[in-house]
Amino acid sequence: MSADGQDLRELYQDIILDHGRHPRNFHPLEHPTHLARGHNPLCGDRVTVYVAVEGDRVADVSFEGRGCAISTASSSLMTEVLKGKTIDEARRLFAQVHAKVTGGAPQDLPEPLEEEIERLEPLTGVKAYPVRVKCATLPWHAFEAALKSGLAGGTVKTE
Amino acid sequence: MAAVPLRSGEPERARLDPRRLRREFPIFERNPGLVFLDSGASAQKPRQVIDGIAEFYRGDYANVHRGVYKLSARSTDLFEEAREKTRAFLNAADEREIVFVRGATEAVNLVAQSWGPAHLKPGDEIVISDVEHHSNIVPWQLLRDRVGIRLVVAPTDPTGEFDLARFEALLGPRTRLVAVTHISNVTGTVLPVARIAALAHAKGAKVLVDGCQAVPRLPVDVRALGCDFYVFSGHKAYGPTGIGVLYGRYDLLEAMPPWQGGGGMILNVEIAHTEYQEPPHRFEAGTPDIAGAVGLSLALDFIEGIGREAIEAHEEALTGYGVDSLSRIPGLTLAPGGQRRLSILSFNLDGVHPHDVGTVLDQHDVAVRVGHHCAQPLMDKLGIAGTVRASLGVYNDDADIDRLAEAVEACREMFQR
Repeated sequence: MSADGQDLRELYQDIILDHGRHPRNFHPLEHPTHLARGHNPLCGDRVTVYVAVEGDRVADVSFEGRGCAISTASSSLMTEVLKGKTIDEARRLFAQVHAKVTGGAPQDLPEPLEEEIERLEPLTGVKAYPVRVKCATLPWHAFEAALKSGLAGGTVKTE
Repeated sequence: MAAVPLRSGEPERARLDPRRLRREFPIFERNPGLVFLDSGASAQKPRQVIDGIAEFYRGDYANVHRGVYKLSARSTDLFEEAREKTRAFLNAADEREIVFVRGATEAVNLVAQSWGPAHLKPGDEIVISDVEHHSNIVPWQLLRDRVGIRLVVAPTDPTGEFDLARFEALLGPRTRLVAVTHISNVTGTVLPVARIAALAHAKGAKVLVDGCQAVPRLPVDVRALGCDFYVFSGHKAYGPTGIGVLYGRYDLLEAMPPWQGGGGMILNVEIAHTEYQEPPHRFEAGTPDIAGAVGLSLALDFIEGIGREAIEAHEEALTGYGVDSLSRIPGLTLAPGGQRRLSILSFNLDGVHPHDVGTVLDQHDVAVRVGHHCAQPLMDKLGIAGTVRASLGVYNDDADIDRLAEAVEACREMFQR
């Protein structure tokens, strides 16, 4: 089992377990400008992502809900990284994370964004677990849906 | 319960050798090391079913109830023999009480859509339990929205046992149907179906039983149980997917209108008027899953070859061993299974989401189901998002439970670091 254990530690890195157990920005926003819900009908996981946009910037972003270690950690890391980014930067980061976890072609990003991607690197362990990729991408899809739907509060589903 | 008593003087017959039986399942040859604990979702297929279906296509296949030629007659005979075998398996009175459908889900929908509107008026009530699978909830909700009936939920108590007293109190003058599962697919609780049926009948209500989890492991006698409808899926009983059974008392089926129209269910069609076949053909529009019925028949042979008393005894012992093994793991909580739990072990590990447990278990080659198990109302009641569910089949033994427990321990250690 040692080989298996090693593999799993790629998925469940310390940083994933830490954010899974102690998620950051885990609360609703008082005055969001955008929000959306993510729902994975397969496992029943739900996440609500709150965004406060000021001008073209994500001034604040938070989440609440229930989910596995992967989705909770992904939500938590996402909120940390996206806070303060422009909407364009946020979308480029999402595209890059998506490419990395699904095996798509990554784009060249400007240096500051590359550093942010490195912080999200622990999420890419799911690439080896196709059935779990949706756990990692769910909050990001919810974030994007929030930007689109404003306060109408759309729901994205993983399938 | 309606268990067929063991024949005295033949205790040796009630023994089952899972290691020998496992060799009958090619999946374990191709996947050495696999610990398969998801038979509650769908059982693996024995060689005699896999090969028998191929043989049927090779040597005996033609459409049924249609041709005048010998091959069609042979195919029809095999199809109708499968019906007779199913009748005997359930101890139904008449083979015309056996309707072939796609699965238990379709069987429940058939009753809801055919029997429902013909017999129910606004304000009438259907009672279900709070451990039902979505397939025994949603068809009744559709009927509720169509006819204006009420759906009443009979609770299980905190130990997971079906609460007969509260159930009885919920039965009223408007109760027309009681629809309950025989064994919960989430908790493994065996419901007191015969008692439920007796109480329901005393109030003039009909009874439908979802036998998906019971048919592969319990002797089922629909007449002893006293149910009016009994449904199950072939694929959970070592048979192929796409075939299932609706048992219905003949007088009830006879009074039910067709639910799907097409070939095979008619006597005479004129544009102004069509006369329908008698049951069961009235409910089998279109070319049926002929090979599926033949495969189901072979699967029932497989089960009978082992003996349901032997399967029940084996899985009961293994369930007990599983409860003991898992209960020793710190931080593990078993979902309550009532007074009698059979073949299903549903649990949660403190601080670890079922999905994460499932991934770790898979890494140890232990296949379980995680999630809500198509029973979200029960998850809400238990206040959890889902569980990890290990479910048993004839090929499982103590070693599989040990591997499960080891993998759960490994999971606990990984998430505790």
